[in-house]
Order: sequence, then C-alpha cells, then structure tokens
Amino acid sequence: MKDSKLLEVVNLHATIGDVEILKGVNLSINAGEIHAIMGPNGSGKSTFSKILAGHPSYEITKGEIFFKGEEISDLDPDVRSHKGIFLAFQYPVEIPGVNNEDFLRLAYNSKQKALKKSELDPIQFLEKIQEKLEVVKLDTTFLSRNVNEGFSGGEKKRNEILQFAILDSELGILDETDSGLDIDALKTISEAINKLMTQNKSVILITHYKRLLDYIKPDFIHVMKNGRVIKTADASFADLLEEKGYEWLTED
Amino acid sequence: MVKSETNIQNLVNQPYKYGFSTIIETETLPAGLNEEIIAIISKKKKEPQFMLDFRLRAYKKWKKMSCPTWAHLSTPAINYQDIVYYSAPKQKKVLNSLDEVDPELRRTFDKLGISLGEQQRLSNVAVDVVFDSVSIATTFKDELAKYGVIFCSISEAIINYPQLVKKFMGSVVPIHDNFFAALNSCAFTDGSFCYIPKNIHCPLELSTYFRMNNQESGQFERTLIIAEEGSYVSYLEGCTAPQYNTNQLHAAIVELIAFKNAEIKYSTVQNWYSGDKDGIGGIYNFVTKRGLCVEENAKISWTQVETGSAITWKYPSCLLVGNKTRGEFYSIALTNHYQQADTGTKMIHVGAGTKSQIISKGISAGHSRNTYRGLVKIGLKAANSRNFSQCDSLLIGNKSQSNTFPYIQAYNSTAKIEHEASTSKVGEEQIFYFLQRGISMEDSVSLIISGFCKDVFTELPMEFALEADKLLSLKLEGSVG
Repeated sequence: MKDSKLLEVVNLHATIGDVEILKGVNLSINAGEIHAIMGPNGSGKSTFSKILAGHPSYEITKGEIFFKGEEISDLDPDVRSHKGIFLAFQYPVEIPGVNNEDFLRLAYNSKQKALKKSELDPIQFLEKIQEKLEVVKLDTTFLSRNVNEGFSGGEKKRNEILQFAILDSELGILDETDSGLDIDALKTISEAINKLMTQNKSVILITHYKRLLDYIKPDFIHVMKNGRVIKTADASFADLLEEKGYEWLTED
Repeated sequence: MVKSETNIQNLVNQPYKYGFSTIIETETLPAGLNEEIIAIISKKKKEPQFMLDFRLRAYKKWKKMSCPTWAHLSTPAINYQDIVYYSAPKQKKVLNSLDEVDPELRRTFDKLGISLGEQQRLSNVAVDVVFDSVSIATTFKDELAKYGVIFCSISEAIINYPQLVKKFMGSVVPIHDNFFAALNSCAFTDGSFCYIPKNIHCPLELSTYFRMNNQESGQFERTLIIAEEGSYVSYLEGCTAPQYNTNQLHAAIVELIAFKNAEIKYSTVQNWYSGDKDGIGGIYNFVTKRGLCVEENAKISWTQVETGSAITWKYPSCLLVGNKTRGEFYSIALTNHYQQADTGTKMIHVGAGTKSQIISKGISAGHSRNTYRGLVKIGLKAANSRNFSQCDSLLIGNKSQSNTFPYIQAYNSTAKIEHEASTSKVGEEQIFYFLQRGISMEDSVSLIISGFCKDVFTELPMEFALEADKLLSLKLEGSVG
C-alpha cells in the first residue's frame, strides 16, 4: 500500500439487526483529498460514516477498513478517534450539565494521553482554543454553555467543526454538516473547513446538495445507492446530479 | 444487548470498597427489645431518669404500631426480636486523648479515610465517629468550645446538657411520629449533638461518620442540631458498613431546629452496604429526618447523596413555621442491582412568605427501583408562599425502574407552586458521541452522571462534593480508587 493512502475500504458489508445496510462498499482516499459522498435517502451514507467511526449498533459481516495501512474494524471508537478519525455528527447530542469547555479539554487531553503527548491544563487549553474559536466564528461565552444544549442548528454544526479543529484529526467525516444551515452559516463553516485543510488531512463530505460543493471543492464525487458506491467521478459530476437526480444512475 | 450497553452495565457493577469488618472485642446485649433491655441500655449510658422515661414511653407507642406499607418498596418482614440493640467495642477506660483510641478501631477508620490521629486530621472539619452503638471520638471539641459551640455525642449531651436535650429531643420528630421513629426513640444508642449559640457562625464544618460493624446489631442513632438566633452551621454525615450476606437495620432520627435568622445546612453521603449483585445482604435504611424553622427568616437545607443500602426509606423534611422561612432539599439517589429506594422530602409551609426548593436526581441501574416521593403542603396562613420542585430521573440499562410521586396540597390561593419532571436514559448515542471524541467509556459515563447531578453537587460543601463525585464514580465506573 502506498504511503499517501489514508483510508481504504474494501468490499464492506454491514448489518443492523437482520438488515443489511452496506452491501460491498469500496472507497479509497489519499491524504490531502476531499471526497464527497452523495446519494438518495436511505442509500447507506450516514451508516457508512458511523461504521467508519465504530458505532456499536452495526456489525461488519464482511470486508475490511484500512486506516493508515492498519485494519481497524475491531478497534473501539475511542481508539479510532485517537488514530485520527473524526466524525462530525448530523445530529450532535445534547449533554445536560456538562460544560462545553470541560468536554473539549477532556477530548483533547484524552487524545494527547493516548498519543503519549503532554496534556494541557485549563489555562493553556483556553489559549489553544481561542484561535480555533475564531476560525468557526464562535465567541468565548459559548465555552461555558453545556455541550450542545440549547444550541441553534448552526451553533451545533460549528461546534462539530471546532472539535475537528481541536483534535486535528487526519480524516474528517462530515455527515450532512450543511443540513439546516442558512447561507451565511454555510459560508462560515465552509471557510472554516477550507482553512483546516492541509496536505495530510482528508475530508469526506456527506451531503445531499450541490451548494456545499460550491464552497468546498471536492477532488472526487462518489454516488452511493442501495448500500454500494455505484459511481465515482470528478467535481463537475455534481452539476449533472443536480440536473438529473439519482434515478437514471446504474452501477459502472 | 448491544456492546456499549453491556459496557455500561459492567461499569456500574463495581464491588463495594468498604465491605471489610473489624474484629474487636465487644460488649453486646442479647438480641431482642423489651423494657428490661431498654433499662439496661439507659443504665449503661448513665442516663438521667427523664431519658429512661422518654424511651419507655416510646416503647409503649411502638408496640402498638406497625411497619408502614405505603412506600413503593418490597420489604421482607423484619423480626425485631432477632436484632441486637446494643453492641459496643470494649474500651478499658475513659480516653484522655484521641491518640488513645483502640488501634484496631483507628485502623478501621483510617481505612475508611477518616483519620482520628491528632496529626493527620482534616484541618477544617470536626468529626464525631460512631461505631455500632457508641461514639468513639469527637475531634476539635476544645477549639469549638471557644466559640461556645457544643459538638459531642448525644450520650454525652444527655449527661452534660440535660436541659437542652430534654427541651428539644422529640420536639421535631415526636416519639410516635412513625413506626421507625418510635423504635429509634426507645432504642437509640448514640449519635451527635450540636448546639450553636446566638450569632455564632460555626467556624468548622461539623461531621459525623457512622460505621456499622456488628452483623446482628442494628444501628439506631439520633442526631440533634440546634441553631440559635443568627447562627450558622454546616453539618456533614457519612455512613458505611461491612459486607454481610444478612441484612442489618438502620433506623435513625435527625432533628434540626433553627431559630430566627439561623441557617442549618445538613449534608449526607450515605454509602451503607447495598447487598451483592443478586440482592443478597445489605442495610435496611429507615430514617426520619426533619428540620424545624421555628422563627422568621430561618433556613434549613438538606443535601443528600444516597448510594448505598438495600432499602432506603427516607424523607428529610422542613417545617416552615416562622414567616419568611426557607427550606431546601437537594438529592441524588443512585440505585443499582436489586437496591430499592423510596426517598424524597416534605415541605410544610405554615408561615407566610415561606419558600421551598426541591431538586431531586434519581439514577437507576441494574434491576433497581428508584422512587421519588415528595409532599408540598401550603397551609391556610402561608400566604404568598412559593415552592419550586424539579425531579429528574436517569435510567441506565433497560431493567431498572424509576418513579415520581409528587403530592401537592395547597390551602392558600396566593401560593405559587411549580413542578418540573424529566426522565431520560444514558443513551448509546450520548456515549458514542464521547467515544468518538476519544473520551474513554469510564470518563464518558462519569461525565454524563456528574453533569446530570451538577445542580446538587454545587450545594455540597467543597470537601464533600469531591468525596461524593468520587463515590458516584466508584459506584459507576470503578476508575477512581
């Protein structure tokens, strides 16, 4: 396997209960690339993102997931996170009574600890988080609120991107990060994501709409349908999808 | 069951840390309760006649009463004649200093994290330690005496301050108040006594640590706290017991009396042995706690963290008699395995402009049953009184049970009563969110629980808040040792 390969998914099958949701997904992502996954409702996009992150409800019945060359199917979600996989949730959960800053610091320090790097005390962390807050245009009062509790849709999504920035993960899987955002919020978040992109960082954008791709240019577009990736193309394919929908597409 | 659910279950099933027992020579009376036993207890404690009369009156009442059945608890029949009502470690002579405490007892309390040695004591907490039926030691007595604060065992108070005891004992919880109160009133053996004189802000946190050791004995302690006009006291109570496969009975009474402008803050961290994972053994905890705000502007605040006992039956209450008095109740009740808790409060508004606040957090795991039961009563003369209640329940796993029984009685139309309630589950999605951010399962559960309990933790004194958080962690994750 080449060094630049960050994620390699091979013939991935997965079930929830008795229902097969993924039916042989293949996907290959190099470091520094942006991939968009599009497709109709119920095609398995969100499930795919959760399985990459290790959600316990799904069972992998066949196939493999390589991350930086290592098979990760049996790793716990927190271990995958330490290795550099980040999932921005479509619906981030609210955690009553848990301070956002404490949560962010604990997440950061847990990763530092796992990587045997030095942890930050609250004051050092506050400094670190300051610059990241500016990237997502959130002010400090937001740190003293409870995790996602009473956040607007836009704030929740920005909080997700903030966490992506703080954890500095190599692979960001952004599950419908554009849904429920107005144009201004969409711009802010897109700019933030673009700012975060580096040569060794990759992003998977899961989306229904072309408008996100107007702000973040993907290197590849994959179309997922019925639990498989049925088409891979370049960014211009989005226009065709916008025009014709998914119905006409069949597997390559 | 999915993976994370199993993990949560494993986390909550941590063994009890304080389950060891102490082998020590004791003086134990035969099991059973009758007038003769009561007379012996009273004599052993060198009590004045009024105390023996009090006990015998209570005994007569108790004999005619029966165990209450209204609680949402399955209580096995208790044979009260099988219980030992007096068991005390043999002490050779009167102690001149705390350093003379039996080394075996010292080791016991060291193991429990309560240091009796003169050197290593907590600098800002005075402690009274009660082992089975007797108080072993009280720290910082002399320092407190400089402020006129009396802090000693109830047995000493009966001998040294009979006027105060005679006047106030039984004035808030009458001897016939309920079955367990009557039992305690005739059979109580020790407990703590605090008296805070007028306009004194008690300089130390006062604390009692209760340890039940004897397998057959019950613990019947009695605490009486009196805060004179304009005074303030914060009192903490902690409890543990060894791990036996039989059940022990604990039936306590706590009475608080606050005069004009006085404030009493009473905090409990109860961690009696709760039985094993199959529900064998554990303490039956039947407790009557009540505070009386006698005069205007008095304030009584109860904070409890209830994690132990096989059965908990406990309703720390406030009688708001004086005008503009205030009562507060903050509670965290955690049940696991086959534990049962029926706990809550009563806020009785008698005076005008009285206020009460109730914040209750119930956490149930395993097969446990966790019930909040509370009464808010606004009397005829309690004009412009207010109550706010919030009862939240958190379920872990899908075999546990949580109930809320709020009773509201308002006899004055100017009253304002608010009640909020919620039930939630420690969800797989919450845990997954934490895990995805690289936070371990243990830290995740601990943080979710702490977050849930935050409103109550902030009411605990500093030293206790840490201890309580640790205790919940211990119960729920076992990460903190």
